[in-house]
Amino acid sequence: MADPTTSSLLGIPGYAFLWVLTLAALALFGLRAYRLAAALGRGRREPRWDHLPRRLWMTVTNVAGQRRMFDNPGIGLAHLVIFWTFLFYAFSFAWNLLRGLLPFLPLPYADEVAWVSFPMEWLTVAAVVALAGAAVRRYFFTPERLERSRDATIILLLISLLLVTFLVGQGAKVAAEEGPASWSPVGGLIGGWLDGLGRAGAEHLFVAMWWVHMAAVLGFLAYLLYSKHLHLLASPFSVFAASLEPGGMPLPSEGAARLEEFTWRELYNGLACAECGRCDRACPAFTSGGVLSPKDLIHEVKLLVLDAARGDGHRDLIATVGAEAIWACTTCGACMERCPVFNEHIPLIVQMRRQLMVRGEVGTGVQDMLTGLTRYGNSFGQSPRNRAKWARDLEFEVKDARKDPAEYLWFVGDYASFDPRVQEVTRSVARVFHRAGLDFGILAEGEQNAGNDVRRLGEEGLFEMLRDKNLAALESSSHRAIVTTDPHTYHALKHEYGLNGRVRHYTEVLDDLVSSGRLPVAPSGGGRVTYHDPCYLGRYGGIYDPPRRLLRSLGLKVSEMPRNRSAAYCCGAGGGRIWMEDAPGGGERPAESRVREAAGLDGVGTMVVACPKDLVMFRDALKTTGLEGALAVRDIVELVEDAIGATQRSEA
Amino acid sequence: MAGNVWIVAESWKGSISDATYEALALGRELADGLGVRLEAVLLGHGARAAAASLGRADGVLYVDHPALADGVGEETSRALAALAAARGPGLILVPTTNVSWDLLGLLPARLEAPLVNFCREAVVSGGGVEFTSLLYGGKMAATVGAGAGPVVVAVLPGVRPAEAGKGGAAPAVEEVVADFVVGGGVRWLEYEEPEAGDVDITQQDFLVAVGRGISNEANVEVAEELAAALGGAVCGSRPVIDQGWLPLVRQVGKSGATVKPRFYVAAGISGAPEHTEGMKDAELIVAVNMDPSAPIFSVAHYGIVEDATDVLEALAEAVRKRKG
Amino acid sequence: MKILVLMKMVPDIVEELEVASDGRSLDQEYLRFIVNERDEYALEQALLLKDGLGATVTVVAPDAPEVDDVLYTARAKGADRLIKVTGLPAGSGARATAAALAVTLPAIEGALPADLVLSGCQAIDDLDGFVAPLLAGALGVPYLGLVSRVSVDAAAGKAQVMKEFAGGVMGRFEVSLPALLGIQGCEKPPRYVPVAKVRAAIGAGGIEAVEASAGTAVAPVEVAALAKPEAAGHAEMLEGSAQDVAEKVADILAARGLL
Ligand SMILES: Cc1cc2nc3c(=O)[nH]c(=O)nc-3n(C[C@H](O)[C@H](O)[C@H](O)COP(=O)(O)OP(=O)(O)OC[C@H]3O[C@@H](n4cnc5c(N)ncnc54)[C@H](O)[C@@H]3O)c2cc1C
Ligand code: SF4
Ligand code: SF4
Repeated sequence: MADPTTSSLLGIPGYAFLWVLTLAALALFGLRAYRLAAALGRGRREPRWDHLPRRLWMTVTNVAGQRRMFDNPGIGLAHLVIFWTFLFYAFSFAWNLLRGLLPFLPLPYADEVAWVSFPMEWLTVAAVVALAGAAVRRYFFTPERLERSRDATIILLLISLLLVTFLVGQGAKVAAEEGPASWSPVGGLIGGWLDGLGRAGAEHLFVAMWWVHMAAVLGFLAYLLYSKHLHLLASPFSVFAASLEPGGMPLPSEGAARLEEFTWRELYNGLACAECGRCDRACPAFTSGGVLSPKDLIHEVKLLVLDAARGDGHRDLIATVGAEAIWACTTCGACMERCPVFNEHIPLIVQMRRQLMVRGEVGTGVQDMLTGLTRYGNSFGQSPRNRAKWARDLEFEVKDARKDPAEYLWFVGDYASFDPRVQEVTRSVARVFHRAGLDFGILAEGEQNAGNDVRRLGEEGLFEMLRDKNLAALESSSHRAIVTTDPHTYHALKHEYGLNGRVRHYTEVLDDLVSSGRLPVAPSGGGRVTYHDPCYLGRYGGIYDPPRRLLRSLGLKVSEMPRNRSAAYCCGAGGGRIWMEDAPGGGERPAESRVREAAGLDGVGTMVVACPKDLVMFRDALKTTGLEGALAVRDIVELVEDAIGATQRSEA
Repeated sequence: MAGNVWIVAESWKGSISDATYEALALGRELADGLGVRLEAVLLGHGARAAAASLGRADGVLYVDHPALADGVGEETSRALAALAAARGPGLILVPTTNVSWDLLGLLPARLEAPLVNFCREAVVSGGGVEFTSLLYGGKMAATVGAGAGPVVVAVLPGVRPAEAGKGGAAPAVEEVVADFVVGGGVRWLEYEEPEAGDVDITQQDFLVAVGRGISNEANVEVAEELAAALGGAVCGSRPVIDQGWLPLVRQVGKSGATVKPRFYVAAGISGAPEHTEGMKDAELIVAVNMDPSAPIFSVAHYGIVEDATDVLEALAEAVRKRKG
Repeated sequence: MKILVLMKMVPDIVEELEVASDGRSLDQEYLRFIVNERDEYALEQALLLKDGLGATVTVVAPDAPEVDDVLYTARAKGADRLIKVTGLPAGSGARATAAALAVTLPAIEGALPADLVLSGCQAIDDLDGFVAPLLAGALGVPYLGLVSRVSVDAAAGKAQVMKEFAGGVMGRFEVSLPALLGIQGCEKPPRYVPVAKVRAAIGAGGIEAVEASAGTAVAPVEVAALAKPEAAGHAEMLEGSAQDVAEKVADILAARGLL
């Protein structure tokens, strides 16, 4: 069999011609890569090189194993197969290229090796069939979602070309060599059709196919970084450079709207995006018909970087994305949890919110809250002296932890302290703690809003101010651990104040108290409830089991909503949204969608929450959806108190 | 207090305001208590006819001058100060309204006279007058005395019923010349009326607010009837808007409008903070709710534990009856 | 263009107010001060004019607890010069304040003449008068209050302003400059300024403290007693049938002159 690279082409030796082609392709590739890197380089620095082993492991499991795709096993498997096919193709091509460029290597071509060419042929046939299907769909029955872009056409053509040339080449090879090879079944079949060409003709055909194939692959390589398939190469590094902190916030900044104000990692999101739309489908702001699409947001970043690679990129991203969209995010983290390439939407959004803060472009509702928070330390615009008012109606005294040491410092939080609808639940928590003999105290007016929402609104300075005041108050009290009711507060204290293991959520504490027998409960006759995972407890805090265990130890059966645990759907209150007007768009509010989801479960009459804001949001949603009769929204502690009440009754 | 009691009659767009009659009623009491004359002062140009309705005063001093035609405070305060300097009244009562605002602010400066602001009550005591002023957004009431006259008093709207200041035979009108320098550097150009469209609830004096407690859409009409009788509009809490019973622009509260009407009926509204933050500053709030412990009762001035629709109906009837 | 903004601190009524033992003044123990809300609109109006036409904005405030924060916040929002007038006894009424400002301001290098002096149209403790018109009277410049929009034609030395009347009606006025305006509102609510910027302004410092010269004011009105008005906090409950209570409500309306 003739080696295409040793025969000459237009009087030039084949291998030299291949060198020219390869270098040209690499030059185009390299130029683009350089320009993209330079565009990213205009952004600010952000260190993402720490914890190398952990990063590498993360990359291996998520890229090689495509871990995140497996939340839907069918799609996950399909994607895994395609991914590995692609890798296999790339590998065999690299082998062939190397052999072609360096013909003196004592090495056969990849397709001359049975364990390569056998699977290759079958994979190629499968790919041709799949592509034909895709092409028919795209060009004859164009679905709304897909646009017929020139980019897609070029990619489709290149891929078809390289697939077909490979198969025909295989056939020509069989025809030229007379007699099918057992490791080339498809080649054998096609070779049969090519019998008429004769040996020399088949050989010429083979050489021609070989060259077209090589040119197509090199063309693909050269074109890749110019196409929207850029993410194929960009995404693994996105996983490697992902944030390792739960709910990581942007670096200190005055916010960002222009390329130079974002960090390279924030810009990199755009290049890594596969446009899969998984973020959109998980996003409460998007699915409630709002103006924010996390996917479009990332796409705008991509366009900005691409513009910059062309030497431009001076646009104001806030203007293209729109302030309304930027304020619509609840920072629920669903998008980031789902994104297969570990893109980071929330830092981008917070960066732009910070910039809006600096510009003073803040809605009046939010502005009033921030002013109130600066002045009074709470979002209710009330005198700090009212913070512990809820405790007045209790039959026992709640310790002031600033005066007397306590084992647990209870950081109550704003909604639990001030909202009249939640105060009853707050008292319930106090009664249950009291009943369990827990040694606890509060900071009373020494406590301020923990600043979680404020920080996510982009008001970093106010967050720092609140944090410093709270840390000082915590410092001045003597306690062993901290318990919080509000998951947003929990996250702030634990991860953003750096108090870590000292901080516990009341569901964890209650779970301990009940399972250790310190809090005797009388398991009820097995009602069925469902539990809503608060974003900041579940996705941010990884706490999924203690509340469920607690419910079960109360004798309740827990049914899961379709969207549960890390896929739980946000109530719509987070990230400062609770202070804003409903986003325009007019779709169903997230909380409404969520109570419908709960009400749709068989035999479930109660939706259990473990967050004061959830209580407010969902009770409100019950009213607006008219589901009041069908579903009750109750705080987990109310169920605990019921069960204690039962023990008290049986004691009596 | 030797001098007479003066009432500055406020005429806007051709008619005497209710706030004037209210102040007139108070002035009547004070003048009688002090044993002095009650004089209404009317400043304007070609406006003499308006004096006819000021019969509760003992007489009207009318100043006619082209510069006073538009009620610009710079000019009216000069005219009034000149007149007061000439006549020496003891008390000058000025209604605290947007129309008299500038006059009220400037007059004490021109006269170098003390001012008692935010006055919601005044009684004669021991030959002098004791004023009660509402300070700090109504959170404190100050009992105030002022030195020798003339004392300018800013009378809050609602100090007396306007009815009490109306009536009486057409008063004697004395046209007087005020010797004042014209040309204070402020010129009125025109009035701009609010844009038409759906009712702007922030601009209403009377609001009938309905919440979920009115139970069904048909009952919105009952509220509409009361609003029509009062001369106001219907608004609602969010659930009512969400149901589509009222348009979005009628929502009061956090995600809606903030309103400060003179009278606000909250019918079947529980009083969630998101709602009350939009209406708590209304001048007079009456809440109707079946639940005696509904939080709305801590915001309202008057509370009724009854069915909302029943009360709205009865109130519409009562209002219509009184208005004749 | 030069704009002077007068701001002042007033008791914060979010905190419970108590009467002091003298029965005539506020108990200082829990008293906190906050900037007069309308003054914030005055500042915003000045800054909007600065944004649009270019101007130097000087903020003048009598010394009071927490006033430094207010001045630095104004700087962070864009004010150019901060002046704190010291030596006015706390709780000086509008009368004494205006009188003192009338002699103190002209003595401050570069403060006057200003094209516009803006101040909030009123404050919750203005028992004996409004500062803006009193000062206008003393300085001899035109005054207009309840202004909610200002546009300036600097070349003509005139401003066009909108003044609020009842029922959403606005009056358009022309005012010759220099003038003093009592501000009720402006095109947009006062801008938000992030805490970090305020901190930076505090770090940079730059408040000029000026001792007030005593002005001559008429005798202030005397507060004989201070008391909380009748128990706020819970509605007075009306009882009886729907008809009975409706009549009672109608009586209340009539008594308030609302029918
Ligand atoms: C982020 C957020 C923003 C919000 N923004 C707003 C807003 O802008 N405006 C707003 O209004 N709400 C707003 N809400 C909703 C608010 O929390 C309350 O849910 C809402 O105000 C309740 O409306 P309501 O009082 O009409 O209904 P409910 O709370 O259901 O109250 C109905 C009341 O009617 C009484 N009642 C029942 N039957 C009768 C009867 N026959 N006669 C008399 N009384 C009866 C009941 O005792 C009850 O007190 C918001 C909520 C959230 C979470
Ligand atoms: S954090 Fe939540 S609301 Fe924000 S973009 Fe992501 S999914 Fe949407
Ligand atoms: S989930 Fe990630 S990859 Fe998919 S569209 Fe969203 S940002 Fe892009």
